Amino acid sequence: MSDELQPDQATPATNGKLALEVRGVTKRFGALEVLRGIDLSLHQGEVLGLVGDNGAGKSTLVKILSGFHPQDGGDLLIEGQRVGLSSVGSARAHGIETVYQDLALIPQLPVYQNLFLGHELTRFGPLRILDKAQMRKLSRQYLDDIHVNVPSVDADSDQLSGGQRQAIAVARAVRVATKILLLDEPLAAMGARESRLIIDLVKDLASSGRVSIIVIDHNFAHLFELCDRLLVLQGGRITVERQVHETSLEELTELMVSSYRAQLEAVSEAGA
Amino acid sequence: MQSAAPTPAPAPAAIPPPGQDRVGGPSLAARIARAFLYQRELTPLVLLIGVFVVFAIDSGSSFTSTLSIAAAAGYAGPIGAIAVSQVLLLVLAEIDLSAGQVFLLTPWVEYWLHTGGVPVVPAILLALVVAASVGAINGMITVFLNVPSFVTTLATNFILFGVVLVGSNDASASPIPLSGQSGFASSVMGNSNWAEIIWVLVITIILGLLLTRTRFGVRIIATGGHIVGAAEAGVPIRRVKIWAFVLASTVAGLVGIVDAVKYGTLDPGQTGIDYILYAVGACVIGGTALTGGRGTVYGAFIGALLLGLLEDGLTVAGISTNDFYIYVGAVIIFAMALNVQFDRVVARSKARR
Repeated sequence: MSDELQPDQATPATNGKLALEVRGVTKRFGALEVLRGIDLSLHQGEVLGLVGDNGAGKSTLVKILSGFHPQDGGDLLIEGQRVGLSSVGSARAHGIETVYQDLALIPQLPVYQNLFLGHELTRFGPLRILDKAQMRKLSRQYLDDIHVNVPSVDADSDQLSGGQRQAIAVARAVRVATKILLLDEPLAAMGARESRLIIDLVKDLASSGRVSIIVIDHNFAHLFELCDRLLVLQGGRITVERQVHETSLEELTELMVSSYRAQLEAVSEAGA
Repeated sequence: MQSAAPTPAPAPAAIPPPGQDRVGGPSLAARIARAFLYQRELTPLVLLIGVFVVFAIDSGSSFTSTLSIAAAAGYAGPIGAIAVSQVLLLVLAEIDLSAGQVFLLTPWVEYWLHTGGVPVVPAILLALVVAASVGAINGMITVFLNVPSFVTTLATNFILFGVVLVGSNDASASPIPLSGQSGFASSVMGNSNWAEIIWVLVITIILGLLLTRTRFGVRIIATGGHIVGAAEAGVPIRRVKIWAFVLASTVAGLVGIVDAVKYGTLDPGQTGIDYILYAVGACVIGGTALTGGRGTVYGAFIGALLLGLLEDGLTVAGISTNDFYIYVGAVIIFAMALNVQFDRVVARSKARR
């Protein structure tokens, strides 16, 4: 699989350098082998889409990259350097930000504090007094810039719609991501207008070339619009890799279905 | 939640607006109702003033005399100190049942050090280090061994009680360093009517600002409100929890020393569990739910004052203090039920938008 990943496959948006390399990463939870040797590389400025059935290992891979789980085997390289991502903090220190499936907003905190959570602006040095005025002001500006509408930056986040909450969560990660942004189903449970908003937000960031992005999603149409390259994960392995401009929705669907069929046949043969 | 700045009402009024009849926003009644919904300290404050007025009318100057108010403050002080620091833990959805015992142990440690030849100031400081260490141990057991803090601190509560009994050889201690002396240091450290309650008031203000104005406070609310979300956003949830335990324990120990200086003797048989139960009661009366994510330090102080006034008022009025317990129970249930109903109204008004 990995021999197909040539640097010259990089799309025009990228400069050919690797932001991230995953080499032979494995992970098991008890008896369950979730990842059976994942190899992938992410070019600088690239948007990489991950598709696959539920339980294929997409979220596990993202959780390893964001420092939530340690991998059992294999190596992670960021800009060519081998790294150990032992915690969310260490992943963040390497410039990796993540937006998770389970909306990470705090219901009891207002929008602006959620937007700055983990990166609060403070005054008076070690006293760490919150600079609320500045955070409010920057939040308003920032949300205006990216066209996210909220009733007020002082609204508690449980006053927002699901889409608004997700937009804030994505906006927070986009704001602070320095190298790599991981998006685990950022469009789940969102209306068309809200999906549009998030897609534009991510595309904006991607076109700046500032960060490299990995997106997980079930919706092929969204992925075709967002991504430069798509990987299909099945049973803990990457089974299909395509540049978006070289493939089509039909081909990808066919590839996924046929490989799913092959798997089913293998299982039924093994059972027989 | 204490909202720090006057927030302009975002969109429609949070209250069902039957009185929204005039141009220029919600009616006065709606605005008052709104204030009570969002400033949870207001209800206990009104209750506190009500209790004061009732006893003042009933018992007159024997209740309003300096002596009587000092007695109320003396009662409210220890409960208040433990309550306001406990709010930080309750917002984290944690609890420290050993805080009352730390309150009692810390002056013992100071006494033992002092009788062993350590001068007063280092003895106090070392005793506070011991109190802080108890908090750190509580926090680390809770966070790293995943033992619920209710159980962790239930256990340390027994251990500390045992330490006092063993260490004191079951004999009471007196005199406590600084107690019964004249002079500034002695008055500040508790040897005056108002020293203890002023300590508690100052601590209340500091912890109130800590919770609403500092990064640590935001992280406490975030961790207690949605622990996974907080961790994903990079809040060091374990460190936050451990520091909150350290803080709660240190505050309990500090005011414990002040209380010991005030009374001059230490009784090894005294148990701390009473203190913590009243303190949690004060937190609830003050408007802090035990569900995490929300809480008010100022409310807990008001709750403690309310318990102090009740105890003192009933004594002065000549009603048996046995009645006190019935009143306390009733007030706690009333306050909690009100809080739950308030939460429901707030949630409903949010869902409507």
